[in-house]
Formats: sequence, structure tokens, C-alpha cells
Amino acid sequence: MTQYFTLEFIAMFIGFMLLIIGVWGMLTQKNLIKIVIGYSLFTTGLNIAIVSIAYIKNSTAPILDKAVDRASAGNLVADPLPQALVLTSIVIGLGVTALMLTYVLRMYKEKKSLDINSYTDLKW
Amino acid sequence: MSIVLAIFLGLVILVLAAVAIYHKNLKVAIIATGVVGLFASVLFLLLAAPDVAMTEASIGSGLSTIIFFYVLNKIRQSND
Amino acid sequence: MARHYAEHGAAEVGAANLVSAVVVTYRGFDTLGEVTILFLAAAIVGFFLKVNTRDNEREASLRKTSEILITASTLLIPTIFMLGVYIFMNGHLTPGGGFQGGAVIATGMVLMIMAKPNVKFNHKLLAFLESVSGVGFVVIGVLGVLLAAGFLDNRILPLGNFGSLLSAGAIPIIYVLIGLKVGSELTNILDSLKETQNEK
Repeated sequence: MTQYFTLEFIAMFIGFMLLIIGVWGMLTQKNLIKIVIGYSLFTTGLNIAIVSIAYIKNSTAPILDKAVDRASAGNLVADPLPQALVLTSIVIGLGVTALMLTYVLRMYKEKKSLDINSYTDLKW
Repeated sequence: MSIVLAIFLGLVILVLAAVAIYHKNLKVAIIATGVVGLFASVLFLLLAAPDVAMTEASIGSGLSTIIFFYVLNKIRQSND
Repeated sequence: MARHYAEHGAAEVGAANLVSAVVVTYRGFDTLGEVTILFLAAAIVGFFLKVNTRDNEREASLRKTSEILITASTLLIPTIFMLGVYIFMNGHLTPGGGFQGGAVIATGMVLMIMAKPNVKFNHKLLAFLESVSGVGFVVIGVLGVLLAAGFLDNRILPLGNFGSLLSAGAIPIIYVLIGLKVGSELTNILDSLKETQNEK
């Protein structure tokens, strides 16, 4: 049981709990802006979970300067590949959030209501 | 030491996320989302990822909150 | 896989920042996809939020912002722009890079909007910067195919001394283009959102 208290396990647990809270908010809330807030929390939690994979015990940031010996750098630095993927993912999350908020603005201009139950055009 | 800090950050992040979803006032919810991004940036620093921390702090906690407030202002403005 | 990047990254790519080396050279195609998605998002936001009827008397009656904000922003905005340019020019040596620098520049634009609410952005200049940066990025990628091993390879320019400013081949040039592109795109999104406040 005590081997579960490492930093990467705690960070992955935080990431997944934040993801679950975000998806729960997207599914149960009625206000349109709360749904977009839920999406933003979901993206942040997912990024935390991915970065926690890249951490090796007692490692340092993946930048080679005077503090890191270049010959044995393979043992000292954290994994740079998931960090590069998360960099892309954060920027894409901002783009999609801006797009969703644009849709909220146009929908509000049509029907003057922020409640998702009043948009019944596609129901049959 | 860093494990205690990570547990503390995790508790604060989860409590603020619950506030962001369940609070009735929309301004409080948006600010709570911004602060979740800020604490996630500190957690990224603990996980040895300075590039990701810088990106999350500027984009997730700065620009995203500003875009939310623009939309909220426009909706309030056409409400009255 | 990570061990290969950590051990051979400095010799093959010549950049001190390993995450930059992965984003620009080993995974350059993913960066091209991200640049495309940002461009698409900025275009769709600009298309949907088109303002047709401007409300001129509301614009003229906006409250004048306080003097502290105006004075502080004349001191801070050039510093913020210089910080953003420094971040993306040294992307291959210290933590940073094109995306972080572009986001810092867009935050400087937000401060300018808050200090002077009816500032008008020059749309032609923003569109010109954005398209030139995007085309330049693809041209460097194709040059990599013609002159070196693959798409977006950075050995088309010589790898200088490890750790100096003009090292790591074409990575500084790619980061300058990405920084300008991200900064102008985010400014476009913010400007479209600001224009909706003035709509009747």
C-alpha cells in the first residue's frame, strides 16, 4: 500500500478526478456557460494526467545546461515526449473553448435563453 | 516534502472544481476555473515540466478567463 | 524512446531544450497540425462574430479609464512585448518557445484594450503577419525535404556552438514564425470578441 504514495501516482489520481468532475459537469448542468466551464476543467485534468506519465523518480527538467551532465543525461532528465504532446494539447483546448463560446453567443442571440432545455429544434 | 505539497494542491484543485460547477453565480465559477489552471501550473512545476507550466499559466489561466468574461459581459448587456 | 531523445538529442539536433527539439524536429508534423487548428479556430470565430450595425453613441459614452491604468500600461506594454519576443527567440536554450511567447504577446494586447477601450487594430497588418508566418513555416518544411533528410529537418542551416543564440540550425527561425503567428491569431480572436461589445 505504501508504494502508492509516489508523486506520479498522486498526480495521475488528481488528473483523473478532475477529468471526472469536468465530464460530470458537462453532462448534468443546464446552463450553457457551465457546460463550457466543464469542458475547460476536463481538458486541464487530462493534461495533468498525461504529464504525470513523464515523471521519473528524482528527475529534473529536460533541459541540458551546466547542471546536467551531458554524458549521463539519459538517467537524470524526465521524459520529453509527453511534455511536447501536452504543449500542443493546451493550445488546442483554448481554441476549442473559444469556438464553443462563439456558438453560445450566437445561440443566445437567437432565443435569448441560456437554458439548454429550451433548444428543442432537433428533438422529434 | 514534495508529496505533501502535491496532496495539498490536489485537495485545493478538487474543491475549487466542485465550486466551479455547482455555484450559482457565474462570475465565481469562471474565476474558480482560472484558479484551477493556476494551481495546475504549480503542479506541472513539481512534475519537472517548466515548458508546460509556462504554457498553462499564460493560456489556461490568463486568456481563457478573459474570453469567458467577454462572453458573459455581452450576455448581461443584452439582458437588460 | 525517451532515453534515445535524451542521449542523442543534443548531438543530432543541437538544441539545449529537449522539449523544443521534440516539438519542432522529431514531431514537426504535429506542430503543423496544431498551427492549422489554431488558424481554423481564428477564422471561424472571426466569421461568426461579424458585426453589422455599430452602436456609435455607446462607443462615445464609454467611461474614460482611470489614470493609474493608463500610466501603468504605457510603462508595462513595451516590457511585456519585449518579454514575449525574448521568450520565443531563446526557445531552444531555456524553457519557452513559440507558443508561450505568442500567448504573452496576446496578453499584452489585452492590457492595451483595457487601457484604451476604443483602440482599433489594423486588420490588414494582422492578416498579413499571420499569412506570411504560416506560409514561411511550410516553406521551411519543404526546404527540409529538398536540402536535408525529412520534413522540417533543422539541418538546413549549420548547427553552431551548443548553447549560443545562433545555434540549432533552423529552430530559431521556426520559433520566430510560430510566435508571430500565434500572437496575431490570438489577437484576432480577442478583437472579434471586443467588437461584439459595440454592437447595437
